[in-house]
Amino acid sequence: MHNFNYHRPKTLSEARAIFSGAEDAVYLAGGQTLIPTLKQRLRQPSDVIDLSQLAELRGIAVEKDAVVIGAMTRHADVAASTDVRRLIPALAHLAGEVGDPQVRSLGTLGGSVANSDPAADYPAAVLALGAAIHTPERIIAADDFFTGLFETALEPGEMIVKISFPVPKRAAYMKFRNPASRYAVAGVCVADTAKGIRVAVTGAGPNAFRQTEMETALSKSFTPEALAGVIVSSEDLNTDLHATAAYRAHLVAVMARRAVEALI
Amino acid sequence: MKISLIVNGTAHTIEIEPRTLLVDVLREQLRLTGTHVGCDTSQCGTCTVHIAGKPVKACAMLAAQADGQAVTTIEGVAKGDVLHPMQAAFREHHALQCGFCTPGMIMTALAMVESHKGEPLTEGVVRKELEGNFCRCTGYQPIVTAILAGAKAMA
Ligand SMILES: Cc1cc2nc3c(=O)[nH]c(=O)nc-3n(C[C@H](O)[C@H](O)[C@H](O)COP(=O)(O)OP(=O)(O)OC[C@H]3O[C@@H](n4cnc5c(N)ncnc54)[C@H](O)[C@@H]3O)c2cc1C
Ligand code: FES
Ligand code: FES
Repeated sequence: MHNFNYHRPKTLSEARAIFSGAEDAVYLAGGQTLIPTLKQRLRQPSDVIDLSQLAELRGIAVEKDAVVIGAMTRHADVAASTDVRRLIPALAHLAGEVGDPQVRSLGTLGGSVANSDPAADYPAAVLALGAAIHTPERIIAADDFFTGLFETALEPGEMIVKISFPVPKRAAYMKFRNPASRYAVAGVCVADTAKGIRVAVTGAGPNAFRQTEMETALSKSFTPEALAGVIVSSEDLNTDLHATAAYRAHLVAVMARRAVEALI
Repeated sequence: MKISLIVNGTAHTIEIEPRTLLVDVLREQLRLTGTHVGCDTSQCGTCTVHIAGKPVKACAMLAAQADGQAVTTIEGVAKGDVLHPMQAAFREHHALQCGFCTPGMIMTALAMVESHKGEPLTEGVVRKELEGNFCRCTGYQPIVTAILAGAKAMA
């Protein structure tokens, strides 16, 4: 790992100022993705800005129709939260299935969503629940957030402060885990929300995306049989050493069916 | 830069480079070599220590991130020459062969007992919570048996 300047700002404006003043700064949340990246020298930032002391990024709050989770909230704390378990059990379940206990102690919601790893779990829930991503500058709708492989709508230096998840009528997340890494080979989140049925897929494509054919089918009839008529295309899906695009397309259909089965 | 750590109850002020990993401070500077480095890529869990009671992989954390926090390593588990009940259970149930994974296994086991306080630890839970720890010798069965026995002895 190359050396860098390390900062631990106490306020959002201080963090932002350090970012703007540095040659090539990067934010550090749980470090579970970033530190391995630095160790492999895939990134060599001049400055690392640790977000752990920013009060605005912490805590889980229940608002009128939503659960609002600070970006620095660890996966283990989302999984254990009584509010999340009561209001959005699918989200607590998802957080408890990320990686292993050690990764869940440090890894954060904000870090996972900002990273937009194609195999990450949280993006599926963010999209399916129609969450809102809050930054100091604006609020970004989930539908506009994931733009590509490790790419998001965040501008350089723009930070996720918190994410607001509208409470769904019901929701379920099912993933086919890579048995070694536990990342999603394919994961599907099905949510019955105030804005209708939403189905989001992770693990299968370059970034998380909505499966609109399934949404239409489930809006007509919320049954596993309704999904039988939907052909999941393997076009644009990923092929790698873990699975081919065709296998991933098959898994998307299976995970979606399991999610619906869990909800009826 | 300077950081302060409370390691196994003792306060230390340590001079480090920002890029220094927590595991390197523990092993190289404090000479606490019970925390092992197996993979150095966040996979094997043999570097597991507790930060404020929570299990973390010390090879995947900057020492600077731990500044001001309490760290517990395998050296902080026994009381002098008296093994902790979890360590005694590992010995009793032959839960180690080469022993390389054992410090990480014990630290993960202790964290899992703590996080499941008030509910009985089941074999299924133990196996799930061991997902971040690899053993290349035992085949895991005696480790699972030892953790269940250790948890009982601690209750
Ligand atoms: C062994 C292992 C297994 C894993 N398994 C899974 C799995 O099964 N499923 C899964 O989803 N993930 C998995 N992960 C990834 C894990 O969830 C990471 O914690 C997560 O992807 C990144 O979160 P972090 O808090 O560690 O972020 P970091 O590593 O600190 O940061 C990641 C990136 O996000 C940026 N960033 C961080 N916070 C913010 C913010 N608030 N605003 C803007 N940018 C920010 C950083 O600059 C960096 O570029 C695994 C990781 C490991 C090591
Ligand atoms: S050495 Fe840290 S996980 Fe293997
Ligand atoms: S006892 Fe040898 S690796 Fe576990």
